[in-house]
Amino acid sequence: MSAKILIAEDEPNIAEAVAFLLRRAGHEVHVASDGDEALGMVEDCRPDLVLLDVMLPRKSGYEVCSEIRGRADWRHVKIIMLSARGRDAEVTKGLSLGADLYVTKPFSTRDLIDQVDALLERS
Amino acid sequence: MLHSTAIIFTSFAYLGLLFAIAYYADQRADAGRSVINSPYVYSLSLAVYATAWTFYGSVGRAASDGVGFLPIYIGPTLIILLWWVVMRKILRIAKRNRITSLADFIASRYGKSAMLGGIVTVIAVIGILPYISLQLKAVSNSFSILVQYPGIVMPAESGALPIREDTALWVAMILAAFTIVFGTRHLDAAEHHQGMVAAIAFESLVKLLAFLAVGAFVTFGIYDGFGDLFARAAAEPSMRAMMTPFEGVAGGYANWAWLTILSMMAIMFLPRQFQVAVVENVDENHLKKAVWLFPFYMLAINVFVLPIAFGGLLRFPGGTVDADTFVLTLPMAEKQELLALLVFIGGLSAATGMVIVETIALSTMVCNDLLMPVLLRMRSLRLNERRDLTGLLLGIRRGAIVLILLLGYLYFRLAGEAYALVSIGLISFAAVAQFAPAMLGGIFWKGGTRRGALYGLIAGFGVWLYTLLLPALARSGWLPIGLLEHGPFGIELLRPLQLFGLAGLDQITHAMIWSMLANIGAYVAVSLSISPGADEHRQASLFVDVFSHTGEASGARFWRGTASAPELYHLLARFIGSEPATAAFDEFWRARGLRWPGDQLVADADLVHYVEVQLAGAIGAASARIMVASVAKEEVLTVDEVRAILDEASQVVVYSHRLEQKSRELEAATDELREANERLQELDRLKDDFVSTVTHELRTPLTSIRAFTEILLDDPDIHVEQRKKFLGILAKEAERLTRLINQVLDLAKIESGNAEWAETRVDMREVIADTLAAMDQLFREKAVRVEARLPDTVSPVTADLDRMIQVMLNLLSNAVKFSEGAKPLIEIALAEGDGCLRIDVRDNGCGIRPEDHEVVFSKFHQVGDALTGKPRGSGLGLHISRRIVERFGGRMWVESRLGSGACFSFTLPTGAGP
Repeated sequence: MSAKILIAEDEPNIAEAVAFLLRRAGHEVHVASDGDEALGMVEDCRPDLVLLDVMLPRKSGYEVCSEIRGRADWRHVKIIMLSARGRDAEVTKGLSLGADLYVTKPFSTRDLIDQVDALLERS
Repeated sequence: MLHSTAIIFTSFAYLGLLFAIAYYADQRADAGRSVINSPYVYSLSLAVYATAWTFYGSVGRAASDGVGFLPIYIGPTLIILLWWVVMRKILRIAKRNRITSLADFIASRYGKSAMLGGIVTVIAVIGILPYISLQLKAVSNSFSILVQYPGIVMPAESGALPIREDTALWVAMILAAFTIVFGTRHLDAAEHHQGMVAAIAFESLVKLLAFLAVGAFVTFGIYDGFGDLFARAAAEPSMRAMMTPFEGVAGGYANWAWLTILSMMAIMFLPRQFQVAVVENVDENHLKKAVWLFPFYMLAINVFVLPIAFGGLLRFPGGTVDADTFVLTLPMAEKQELLALLVFIGGLSAATGMVIVETIALSTMVCNDLLMPVLLRMRSLRLNERRDLTGLLLGIRRGAIVLILLLGYLYFRLAGEAYALVSIGLISFAAVAQFAPAMLGGIFWKGGTRRGALYGLIAGFGVWLYTLLLPALARSGWLPIGLLEHGPFGIELLRPLQLFGLAGLDQITHAMIWSMLANIGAYVAVSLSISPGADEHRQASLFVDVFSHTGEASGARFWRGTASAPELYHLLARFIGSEPATAAFDEFWRARGLRWPGDQLVADADLVHYVEVQLAGAIGAASARIMVASVAKEEVLTVDEVRAILDEASQVVVYSHRLEQKSRELEAATDELREANERLQELDRLKDDFVSTVTHELRTPLTSIRAFTEILLDDPDIHVEQRKKFLGILAKEAERLTRLINQVLDLAKIESGNAEWAETRVDMREVIADTLAAMDQLFREKAVRVEARLPDTVSPVTADLDRMIQVMLNLLSNAVKFSEGAKPLIEIALAEGDGCLRIDVRDNGCGIRPEDHEVVFSKFHQVGDALTGKPRGSGLGLHISRRIVERFGGRMWVESRLGSGACFSFTLPTGAGP
């Protein structure tokens, strides 16, 4: 099943790796490198799922997340948060803002692809 | 028509009223509701200072000296302002030691010396006799005059009368009886005579009212107010002179000053003033109100003195009427029967008040400080074996009262007519002034000794006898008058009124100068030359430091020995009766929170001291000491031991000061610890943040590395070009990771002080050139133009060459990172001046907001987070660079505006000096 996925990540190398993985899995991938760009691309591309880095420039991943959840027409968008910070408080914050998953870096690429697929199938 | 019977009846009615008041006050006191526990009653009782002398004599003095009567009232008004310092101290000492009189006070201060107490008593009695005689004279004169109403006839010389017909004798006897009734109801002389004080306060009101009534009558009744009266007086040349202060009195200013000083001493040390102000005082806080109430009373009773004097002089020209009688004769001349009677009662009030208090005070002294110590030492009397001595004590006091009044009468017969009222009073003032050095020295100077006080008193009193009493007797014809005119044995230098040729002063001033010189001189000189004994040491400390000792028990520290409790009890019971003694013993144990263990045999120092103080209240300190010594075996303390105890006490004070200081220091230390703890917590939090940040920074390259490694592992079929690219990323991320780890370790070393620093002479031109060469590749890749403006020579700096290259690399790579515009340009400048080199690295990138100029140098702050996308540095470079520059004595900062590039600069001292 092919889906539209937005990667919001300011580390170009990480973004490239994840994009490569998702494209190989058959998804349509867009990349944004800061929070504002990410929100703009959600509007433009209507992704099914966003992979959202927490430490984004301009607008943090948390802010992007809560803005997406604040829009009724974007409710269905799945959100996976990615972060190098993995403390309980940060995970809880991400999930409470409406993220579907919180994944800490570094992550297993296989697991990430599986989790993306699992989320997309559920919808 | 006033019949003598009417006057006598009125007088007795008045005395009866006084007695009723006293009786009522005593009843109230027994019921525990004291009427004298009031600052107003206390202040009024102090007004016992104003005697018949004030009542009649002030006007007499004013009539001859004008305002010259004033110093007698100015003195007390001035000194009472100091009472909170002086009198409060005397009060505190007297209360703590159950002092019963002035003699007791002085004796007690100087080692409980019976000898000193006796001398003081003798001086007081002899000194006060003229004063008492003055009261007798005033009352008998005023009676004689009033009896003649409406005629105004001066009384005959009393010496001419047969004794039986002399009113003064009867007055003396009646007053003696009255005083006995008032003053010897209680045995314990330290107890308050509440009834007496109440009656005295009442009398103070009566005499004031009477005097004000006459004054108002003369001023407004006879004349038309002050203006009219003074205008008429001013018309007479003899009276005009009186209105200027220093013309009326011989000797002018000096006399005023001495009279003022004299009356300052009198208000403190007259036995009756000591009695009402100290012994009868209930609460030392009463002083606070007395300090202004008493001067107010003094003012009130003096307002009409001059008007009455002028009124009298105008009314009775030619000196036919004695000015001392104007207060009485003016109303009589105006046929004011009732007013005249009121004046008589007022004068009677003033006189009886004085006589009662004075004789009670003197009789206590005579009994406790003169007779008892002698009697107790006379073994043949076997007083020690008598079970009950209370009757004896009361008997002695009553006898003393009668004796003193009879002596006063005798003086009146012998010398009374030679002087006016005021002069007689001043002779007594001068006598009690002799107590001032021993008293004041005693409470403020620990160095004053028993011998010093003794010799001072004897010397001062000797001069008093010679310069004041002797002339009085000579003038009355009891001694040859030639003594005054030519001196004893014809030696002119020793003339009593011009001693050693000191002439031109009035008699009192003359006497005061010589007696005070002798008194103070002997007191100080002897005190300084003969060292005091142990008892004196102890008492000096207890008196002078009374405010720093606490509780009555402080005296007990100085007692060491053995005593039996039952014996002490029986001793106390013999002097104050068994019931009060039992009560006192109960009280002693109650104060310690215990019950009296009736069978306790051995008394400790506290009990011995307690009994001695109780006994002192009945028989005086010196006698009490003798009595306690008779039943308690005391080990004599040496001077050194007393000193040791005193030192110990002062050390305790020092310790407690130190303790207070320690506790303050502890508090301060606690505060510091709390602050340090807060700082530590803050540091801990910062460390957590640091670790967390480092972890994050490490995870980012790790994430890339892991992702690409898995991609390459999982998919062997990836295109070669792509594989190559991914491997390139892997290499870079690994390098980034390495750099990051190195920087973190570097920073840790710098922060912990473990970094190794080379210190060599470094040429910064070479550093810049080397760095540029090393980065040439990067510049070319990024197409950055670099312009370096370096001078031909610069002073070397003392620094670490590798570290300097590290700093330059850091600044340049930062500059490259931000020089991503169309035509990236980096300018490097090196300049020297003010004893340092300055290096600028300028880029033409996007710049830094002013609020970030300091932040960029903090750890892990990544410049331009929100603007340019995250730079790929560690966030530690600038921080480390600044630390390195600062290590070598320089500074590093940035100047920049958003959008117009940034210029990072640093300085390094050249060591050449500015």
